[in-house]
Amino acid sequence: MPTLTRWFIKSSMLYLIAAMILLLLTTLNAVIKLPRFVAFLNFHLLVVGWVTEMIFGVIYWMFPIIKRANPRGSAALGWATYICLNIGLLLRTVGEPWLGVNPKASVGWVLVLSALLQWLAAVFFLINSWPRIKERYRGE
Amino acid sequence: MPPLSQWYVRLAFFNLFAGFTIGALILANKGISIHPMLWGLLPAHIELLLIGWIVQLIMGVAFWIAPRFWKPPRRGNETGAWMAFPLINIGVWLVVLNAFLSISIGMLVVGRIMELAAVIAFILHLWQRIVGRDFQPP
Repeated sequence: MPTLTRWFIKSSMLYLIAAMILLLLTTLNAVIKLPRFVAFLNFHLLVVGWVTEMIFGVIYWMFPIIKRANPRGSAALGWATYICLNIGLLLRTVGEPWLGVNPKASVGWVLVLSALLQWLAAVFFLINSWPRIKERYRGE
Repeated sequence: MPPLSQWYVRLAFFNLFAGFTIGALILANKGISIHPMLWGLLPAHIELLLIGWIVQLIMGVAFWIAPRFWKPPRRGNETGAWMAFPLINIGVWLVVLNAFLSISIGMLVVGRIMELAAVIAFILHLWQRIVGRDFQPP
């Protein structure tokens, strides 16, 4: 398993734990009074952090290689995907509750930056993975 | 990866791009208020990413890696998998277009019915392939 895939999968498992903790907190919110920001923590940790990150990592590992000399495309683009996706998601995790609790706070730029980084992550992933949608490599 | 899986994955990638683009606009709109209409695209964002990206990608990869038979046809009867491909894509895009244009509830229902038909057709194909190594087709 390539190093980048290990980072993707381990990160995705951490997001799963975080998402389940937040799910528990959201449930408890109905019974005991918790800080308001808990209501704004959303299921993107689950679908982007857990599911999408796991898929990106596994595709990088298991899709057909391009060729023996350059099996998985650009490693730099792969790492750029990982960094953009994670910083983007973490910015959202901080920025959305922040803005939700203090609508007048000047932190809208955090969400714009988060949106841009996550979008770039998707673009980098697609550029790197598109050439690997092919038949199994059989040598040249 | 067989040609049918390649098509599933390509369309899933396309939906990933469309879904992330709409999602980024909705999220940025929360931060700097670009246009009030953007929030209305949330159903399209969810549809593209949950059904168009995740479900379709899983279908494409399942068709590729689920156990194959020792004798041809190696993937058994493929009709269900071939039928599911247009059904799921037309279904997703009917739902998405309706989210954009609010044409009619009928369009939404037809889209959902096509998605359901796609899932049933695909499962009818995949069911026969959920077998152990020793399985001998009749």
